[in-house]
Amino acid sequence: MGKRGFVDKHNASGAEKQQKQVDIIEKLGGYDNLVSQGAEGRVFAVKFCGRDTIVKQRFKKTYRHPTLDTKLTRSRLGMEARSMMRARKLGVATPTLYYVDQQQSAIYMEKVPGKSLKELIREDSMSEKDMEDIGAQVGKAVAKMHDGGLIHGDLTTSNILVRDDDERTVVIIDFGLASNSIIAEDKGVDLYVLERAITVTHSSQALFEHVMTAYRRASSQWSSSFNKFAEVRMRGRKRSMIG
Amino acid sequence: MGFEGSANKVAVGVVSHTGDILSNPRKTYITPPGTGFLPRETAEHHRQVILDIVQQALDEAGIAPSDLDCLCYTKGPGMGAPLVSVAVVVRMLSQIWKKPIVPVNHCVGHIEMGRVVCGAMDPVVLYVSGGNTQVIAYNERRYRIFGETIDIAVGNCLDRFAREIGLSNDPSPGYNIEQLAKKGTKYIDMPYTVKGMDISLSGIETFAKSEARTKIDAGECTAADLCYSLQETIFAMLVEITERTMAHCNANDVLIVGGVGCNVRLQEMMRVMVGERGGKLYATDDRYCIDNGAMIAYAGILAFMEGQTATMAETICTQRYRTDDVLVTWRKDK
Ligand SMILES: Nc1ncnc2c1ncn2[C@@H]1O[C@H](COP(=O)(O)OP(=O)(O)OP(=O)(O)O)[C@@H](O)[C@H]1O
Ligand SMILES: [Mg+2]
Repeated sequence: MGKRGFVDKHNASGAEKQQKQVDIIEKLGGYDNLVSQGAEGRVFAVKFCGRDTIVKQRFKKTYRHPTLDTKLTRSRLGMEARSMMRARKLGVATPTLYYVDQQQSAIYMEKVPGKSLKELIREDSMSEKDMEDIGAQVGKAVAKMHDGGLIHGDLTTSNILVRDDDERTVVIIDFGLASNSIIAEDKGVDLYVLERAITVTHSSQALFEHVMTAYRRASSQWSSSFNKFAEVRMRGRKRSMIG
Repeated sequence: MGFEGSANKVAVGVVSHTGDILSNPRKTYITPPGTGFLPRETAEHHRQVILDIVQQALDEAGIAPSDLDCLCYTKGPGMGAPLVSVAVVVRMLSQIWKKPIVPVNHCVGHIEMGRVVCGAMDPVVLYVSGGNTQVIAYNERRYRIFGETIDIAVGNCLDRFAREIGLSNDPSPGYNIEQLAKKGTKYIDMPYTVKGMDISLSGIETFAKSEARTKIDAGECTAADLCYSLQETIFAMLVEITERTMAHCNANDVLIVGGVGCNVRLQEMMRVMVGERGGKLYATDDRYCIDNGAMIAYAGILAFMEGQTATMAETICTQRYRTDDVLVTWRKDK
């Protein structure tokens, strides 16, 4: 960051407080159990009050301006906790929220036994029937969120988990980029992000079609969402792209 | 020999099979402050100067037309009239010099030039220019677009912002924003919108139109503060979606290409992120970042060596030509 020399105000005071505070993640042995090093934070597996728990800690991004960084980290942590609960109220399966540690920018939640949709597709172990069932569950979950005015904001295949149970329940995670909106454009963009995650990464058009079929059945506002989705998609295709 | 004219720059470059650049002259059509370049006038500019640039490219390379293997031109994407003005010259030269023609996708040109100049094998590519904002990774014979803008391009957004606060277009609005930003000290909050691996810049544009001037006039901040904050905000969004793509694709290295890619602050921020992930940043200076002829020549010769040439009837231009439309036959990895 060199010559610009940001004064690290937010973290200076944060660090002072942290020294007096106990680092719970460390106490729980979290740092030895890294599950994933994502773009935004680290995900650890720990035992918390006797339960298998996932701790997701957002870390400071030193590349961005401290004011912006603090703002984003705070709002995403809060958004993630709130939206997880909201989605659940709307009938979408999400991990149970255990605890939010503002000081450590960490969120504690139930560890869902199972795999991400990304892993499942990569393994190529899903039958036609599984694809249809999981696609339908995803479509229904997204429809419920959208009809309830919740936009996920990061619908990629690594943020969709499939629980290891008889029902193979689809669990939606990672609500850090969620927002509250009833605007069709926002829903359209949400679907567009999901489509690209499924088709660009996995070239799996069929799966996305199952998602859309279920969305259409489950959402009362599917028609306006689909129209916007088509519009956003065309924009991508047709953007003149000069220079 | 490569010919480029998809936007306000017209350029001709000569490269060898291995990517050595023998010459790479270019001319930019610059419009007065507060105005953008229009297709018809830009094409007219290109027509007036292109033959001189061709001569300059031959002279600087110290070669004769007979030494050339093929003529490569930008098929798209870009502005229709300027693209065609250059394609016409290429068709004519192809008949006079009896050389085959190879059409090139402009974005792929940027990527291949960046890869060869920097020696980056398989990076995640951030392509940021006047009309393009894409995060690209190679997978199964295509440069796939993982993230992009869902509304306006970064360069375009910077240009409009510069116009709003009356900055000059010489040498480019983006360059002038970068210079002025160095004097900025105060961070002004601006809309920050990341969705999945995509970004949205319409919020910033609205901010530029509705609040930028009023804030300056009210003495709340200076134009320099705004340029500084604009860069900090937009570039943070770009670095974030690049990092998201890296996590998604398990990649470690990043290559930045396109006109906005010359911005030193963007490179600096990206370097911090990539460094923390244990990877390497590859970036180039304005000779290669900004549209040029060599990049078209190099991407063209890769295709030419795979036997891809076009008949006269196929030497068309297309304003919309997606990066992932091109089948990357010359890369042999996965
Ligand atoms: N509750 C959970 N139960 C089981 N696994 C989880 C849970 N939460 C997260 N994970 C695992 O950790 C990964 C990353 O979590 P999450 O998506 O919340 O963080 P992230 O920082 O956004 O990561 P990325 O940017 O890579 O998506 C998930 O893809 C999943 O494999
Ligand atoms: Mg995630």
